[in-house]
Amino acid sequence: MTVPGEPAEVIELEIPARAEFVALARLVVSALASSDSNLADERIDDLKLAVSEACTNAIEAHDAAGSEERVLVRCKAGEDALEVCVEDRGHGFDPGQLPNHPPVTDPDRLKFERGLGIPLIRALVDEVEFSPTDHGTSVRLVMRHPGNGTAAS
Amino acid sequence: MDLGLDVEERDGYAVLSVRGEVDVYTAPRFRERLIELVSEGKHRIIVDLEGVDFLDSTGLGVLVGGLKRLRSHDGDLLLVCTQSRILKVFEITGLTKVFSIHDSVDAAVGGGSGGAPGQ
Repeated sequence: MTVPGEPAEVIELEIPARAEFVALARLVVSALASSDSNLADERIDDLKLAVSEACTNAIEAHDAAGSEERVLVRCKAGEDALEVCVEDRGHGFDPGQLPNHPPVTDPDRLKFERGLGIPLIRALVDEVEFSPTDHGTSVRLVMRHPGNGTAAS
Repeated sequence: MDLGLDVEERDGYAVLSVRGEVDVYTAPRFRERLIELVSEGKHRIIVDLEGVDFLDSTGLGVLVGGLKRLRSHDGDLLLVCTQSRILKVFEITGLTKVFSIHDSVDAAVGGGSGGAPGQ
């Protein structure tokens, strides 16, 4: 999809911060990822799930902040990787400050129905970066092409 | 987006077959259906995930909540799943150790929770 030496293509999607639009973000990202012949189907599924988790967090941040603004999903199809940034305009959050839930094998873990999204994101993509923006939080998800430092899966 | 939630009885179990995508939008319906079943007195539930195309952490949360609710009634919640991309979500989060996951409804009915999770 990309030509060596050409600048990366950037595709932006703005979705209303409502639960029913997360499926649309997944659809757009997986369609774009499918057109990237360097990513295997399994990796596309991983990215789709990571995007879903990031968009869900973004929408919850908007809910918590009472923000009517949209969530921005920016995809960058580069020569070496496909990057997806999910930017919210909620109050943002610090992934380092998330509560420590008991391990899943601990019966007490069943008291927590949440808190699985961020660990999933970290396990699914090659690189993830949470950074504060002026308006909220940006979550950058990177899927590297095989041969660019990723363990082929 | 459609979420299919069909229930049938099988050998003392309520089998809830889920079809479609389970995410932050559809998970509330899934949660409500599970809660309904429990309040109808169905404390042995099999959730069949074979028709699920997509499941994220909100779907996992519903299942964790369901298991907790059923255990408080001395019941059980078993899963049916053979799709690798769905199983992967359970593996990454360590929930394969928490849930009893079977290859088919028949296997779940036959095995009960005897198939110790984590093996």
